Amino acid sequence: MSNLAINVENAVKSFPAGDTRTYALKGATLDAKFGELLMIVGPSGCGKTTLLSVICGTLKCEEGRLTVFDHDLRAMKEGQITQFRCENVGFVFQQFNLIPTLTAVENASVPLILNGVSTAEATRRAGEVLEKVGIGEKRHSYPSQLSGGQQQRVAIARALAHEPRLIICDEPTASLDAATGQKTLDLLKSSALQPDRCVIVVTHDNRIYHFADRIAEMEDGRVTGIHNDPKNYHHV
Amino acid sequence: MLGIALKMLFRDRAKYAMLVCGLAFCSLLMCQQISVFCGLMMWTTATVRNIGAPVWVVDAKVEQANEVIPMRQIEVERVRSVPGVAWAVPLFIGMEQARLADGSFQNVQLTGLDTGTLTGRPMDMRAGRIEDLRLPNAVVVDQVAVEKFRKKGIKIQLGTTFEINDKEARVVGICHAARSFFGQPYVYTTFDRAMEYTKPTRKQLSFVLAGPTSGVTDEDLAARISRLPGLRAITKDNLFWLTVWWYIKNTGIPISIGTVVILGIIVGIAIAGQTFYLFVHDNLRFLAAFKAMGARMPTLAAMVLLQAFSVGFIGYGIGVGLASWFGNVVLVKEQPPFFMPWQVPTFVAIVIVFICSFSALIGLIKVARLEPAVVFR
Repeated sequence: MSNLAINVENAVKSFPAGDTRTYALKGATLDAKFGELLMIVGPSGCGKTTLLSVICGTLKCEEGRLTVFDHDLRAMKEGQITQFRCENVGFVFQQFNLIPTLTAVENASVPLILNGVSTAEATRRAGEVLEKVGIGEKRHSYPSQLSGGQQQRVAIARALAHEPRLIICDEPTASLDAATGQKTLDLLKSSALQPDRCVIVVTHDNRIYHFADRIAEMEDGRVTGIHNDPKNYHHV
Repeated sequence: MLGIALKMLFRDRAKYAMLVCGLAFCSLLMCQQISVFCGLMMWTTATVRNIGAPVWVVDAKVEQANEVIPMRQIEVERVRSVPGVAWAVPLFIGMEQARLADGSFQNVQLTGLDTGTLTGRPMDMRAGRIEDLRLPNAVVVDQVAVEKFRKKGIKIQLGTTFEINDKEARVVGICHAARSFFGQPYVYTTFDRAMEYTKPTRKQLSFVLAGPTSGVTDEDLAARISRLPGLRAITKDNLFWLTVWWYIKNTGIPISIGTVVILGIIVGIAIAGQTFYLFVHDNLRFLAAFKAMGARMPTLAAMVLLQAFSVGFIGYGIGVGLASWFGNVVLVKEQPPFFMPWQVPTFVAIVIVFICSFSALIGLIKVARLEPAVVFR
């Protein structure tokens, strides 16, 4: 197995804007390796989230190459991409996107159920992951009964429950205070990162840069730089 | 995921209650109003059902059972002369006034049965014997008469007397009969005595009741009798439906009840459709998250459909249950009319399925157009 988990080459993605098209990606190129936490940073509107969406297959790029775990996503049909996402991708969203009417353990069990695991088994395994992320005692609480940090832990548990190889995190600390954000990244790095797994985090939050193994800097739809020493990286 | 869908629905209590209430109200309104309509139509056919003869012979211009165009009594003999007629008897039906002991009046529907056979007799005698009609001045009244006279302070029992056109009528029996459209009490007597109670006119025969010989169907017999000039013979079933359709076409009942039923459907669509749309709309973010996590469109469609039909099923159950309870309560007093054949809940179920499908479709269009990437916005 190659150490390269994700390979994006010259990805182009545009969106209609009236009679013209706005280009969100103008030939973005990026690699992500197994066992690393890669952060994508850059100013608002530079294409970070679009690149993230292209990598996880929720958006299709129009040009370029996209290989995720040796699968050419551009050559796959919609249904195959959905199935690929179901099996291989875990999501941590900025707004958590926890279902308010489901308990923590029920929320965390959703990806397992989507993968065909029985409800009883999914609940058991989701409970174990909640224990692992340190929120086992809140397994029967609803999101409204949890703090922001606790909700993000549940979201992380949901992303990890079905043991995906790619964890996608979109601004995971944006809704959290500084201390909780640090704890969340700490948890993400300790529980999510494994040799056969890749974690990609899109963030604006320069207080968490030091958790990254590498930082990809984006500007105007392109990756303008890769920084291998995040501890000394200071984005202007 | 269907379990997740149900949890999402049932635990969103405000919207769930609103959806169920809307559909229950819609079901109740439709079921109750259509049953009242059916009950009213049953009232219009009370004479046909009470008498129960297989073939009814009337004047050729008669359109329905409650329209009496008197015929000559000789028509009974003419009907008897038709091949295939096993028996034919006269029947008198007319409105008369009964004068009570305290001088007050009560309109009654006088029914004169063939003196010899008492064909068309009430089948449910609550007191006395129908055969006693052959006694002098004897009449049998129904329970509506007992109730109406009671309200006027007169207790009707066996032996009670009152007057019809200054002639004594003595109660020899009390029966139960299907209530008539106008709610007048039935007073049964023999045909001959009915002629005495009514003002004499040239034509006094209301109906000829007939039955076929073995091997002849009611329809055949009716067709044969109808060939007689000036007469029309109608089978019991046909007369029932002719009467129902006459009231549907010639009265405002279907329009007034139909309006309420249509309002019920509109209210159902408006409340259930709008609330379900809002329910789906509020959950779009989460459905998009499911889509991003790998839920396929058929899975999401099944979730939305299950949610829509769950509330539909529960709302329908509550609505039809309440309508049935209403029916049980009013059936004791037989007012207002209420008759709920299986076709009524079936029709309501079809309308509820339509409302749920419509509501789910609106939600599904939203879900189908949903880009999974929206979760990152």
